[in-house]
Amino acid sequence: MKKITILITSFLFLLFSNAWSAETIKLGILEDETGNFAIAVVPKIHAYELAVKEINAKGGVLGKKLEIVRYDTQSNNTRFQEFARRLIEKDKVDVVFGAFSSASREAIRPIMDKAKMLYFYNNQYEGGVCDKNVFVTGAVPEQQFSTLVPWMMEKYGKNVYVIAADYNFGQISAEWVRQIVKENGGTLVGEEFIPLDVSQYSQTIQKIQKAKPDVLMTLLVGAKQASFYEQQAAAGLGIPMATSINVGQAYEHKRFAPPALENMYVTVNYIEEVHEVIKSGEFHDKSKDFMERFKAEYPNEPYVNMEAANAYNAINIYAKAVALAGTTDRPKVITALETGISFDGPSGVVSIDPKSHHGSHTIFLVKVGEGHKVTIPKIWKDIKPYWLGEAGCNLPEKADYSQYTPSKPPKK
Amino acid sequence: MIMLFNIVYQFGDALSFLLLSAIGLAVIFGMMKIINLAHGEFITVGAYGTVVSGKILHLPLPIAMAFGVLVTILFGLILEKLIIRHLYGRPLDSVVATWGISLIVSQSFLVIFGPSYEGLQTPMGNFKLGDYSYSEYRVFLIFFSLSLLFLLYILFMKTSFGALARATIEKPEIASSMGVNVNNIYSITFAIGAGLAGVTGALYAPTMTIVPSIGQAFIVSAFITVVSAGASPFIGLVPAAAFLSTVQTSVTFFYKATIGIIALLFSVIIIIRFLPKGFSGLISKQK
Repeated sequence: MKKITILITSFLFLLFSNAWSAETIKLGILEDETGNFAIAVVPKIHAYELAVKEINAKGGVLGKKLEIVRYDTQSNNTRFQEFARRLIEKDKVDVVFGAFSSASREAIRPIMDKAKMLYFYNNQYEGGVCDKNVFVTGAVPEQQFSTLVPWMMEKYGKNVYVIAADYNFGQISAEWVRQIVKENGGTLVGEEFIPLDVSQYSQTIQKIQKAKPDVLMTLLVGAKQASFYEQQAAAGLGIPMATSINVGQAYEHKRFAPPALENMYVTVNYIEEVHEVIKSGEFHDKSKDFMERFKAEYPNEPYVNMEAANAYNAINIYAKAVALAGTTDRPKVITALETGISFDGPSGVVSIDPKSHHGSHTIFLVKVGEGHKVTIPKIWKDIKPYWLGEAGCNLPEKADYSQYTPSKPPKK
Repeated sequence: MIMLFNIVYQFGDALSFLLLSAIGLAVIFGMMKIINLAHGEFITVGAYGTVVSGKILHLPLPIAMAFGVLVTILFGLILEKLIIRHLYGRPLDSVVATWGISLIVSQSFLVIFGPSYEGLQTPMGNFKLGDYSYSEYRVFLIFFSLSLLFLLYILFMKTSFGALARATIEKPEIASSMGVNVNNIYSITFAIGAGLAGVTGALYAPTMTIVPSIGQAFIVSAFITVVSAGASPFIGLVPAAAFLSTVQTSVTFFYKATIGIIALLFSVIIIIRFLPKGFSGLISKQK
């Protein structure tokens, strides 16, 4: 008798939950709330929540409320795969947002493709993902490096030295730098790939000094590699540094004691200082407005980084696409996303390139100066993610599910 | 001339890193035979003790470092009384227990202090030679690590405490029947080992990113140095570290960091294959 009661109740519950879920749009979120990457990811999670709350306050999309189903992936690729399957099979979400590291994105991308799940990756990365089911709101190398590297070479000189983390992100980013240096008539005077668990840099520092570069590109990842900055400052290296990853993600300029990051240049598509540094105009107003709304919801957030802006944009772009498609049916939403859809976010308009599914960005050149004071010496407006499209990725015409690099472009 | 100084500086830098990684473990594993997988967490305690006291109490760096070491000694004493005491002479059980301790400690740091803590600035300045510049603090670390090891050698090999400690660890029953307070000797020796790991954490804290896993950066170097040093760690440690740092710096100089690490690990395999008693075995044989 007892068993039957349980069966009936669970059956009723299933019926009820199904009926209820039909009235919401379910957004699956996989982000590293804990573990190695948590420091840069927590503001991202809050940005998703802020965007959802704002959209729901205006009545939701197509008369339905947005509902977040979120799992903590613990900076662990196995968790990513586990929870990706759970979101798809058990929670039956309409779309998935998330992942910080490229390794975790590549761990779940095949799962998304197999289930034909719509997936938004909202992080800066090494570029090249040409995938029918994937949309990217983070910045890519042609946006961060084709602006940064020529500017640095013009200002400081043509000899560039690269140190990079020895895995897919560092290798592919270094390949980009190599190519851009060559295109701009510069010389790569040295290149070193460093294993992720190296924490002592005396020898690297001397190799750099021996090569006498004008510009040092630091594509270092993780807490151990971040020790390089303190050690180069202590050794008095004094060479201008440039990167695509620090400051805009894990706010090293606030966490490390000066002068570790002094004289570093970073290209970002947003950081919370934008409206403090730029005193008036479009970018000031948009950033200030965003930060006020963010802080009202999360007053204790230590730092609002560029990935938070990307996450916020991603939810809004998805909501616009669903409204445009008039349904959450995935192929129709993808078609709507391929119309050149755009959203006016914390750092201006981001529009999705139909060919490659990547977003355009305003790129700010951030300089970390004396005492880690931030300035913005240059702004590039509306930088397109041009490379994949030019290389032959054309998703509306030809479905694809691959990641390409400059040395391994799409087959034409 | 500058080239020569460069080589000496690089060699000394790698040497001091290996020596300081290993110095606490040389007592706890080398002497006391406890396979202490929580060695990295002892270093973490020393590093956090230094940085947190430096930030919150605004202590000057040397005092903050002393505070960090003191905290690690206390931590070691408590751990010895509660857990390690029951594991003497049970090396395999000590692996499991210390591994558990290591997980608990690093996760506690994550919960209490978050994924990253604001760092301190490296003390002292830098000096230039030709095109190169060097951190003075790194040079200080080289001299400091060598002197520390020398003091340790004196303590364990030349003083009466050292004799008691070695006797206790070698034959606890006989030492006990001779009137030695075995429990106290164990506690003090373990606390010295923990304190030395704390010294390592305190010294490297201003040069590294402060994260709950900071101690993990030392653990591989620590074990390979102590294993290569062999049965009598205080004699074998310097030659072992010197040999290993020569291999690593020269290979890294000619090739790259990845190959340097491979060469380092490969040379350890060769050492334990052909010198099963490590460098100290080689030295005692010649005597």
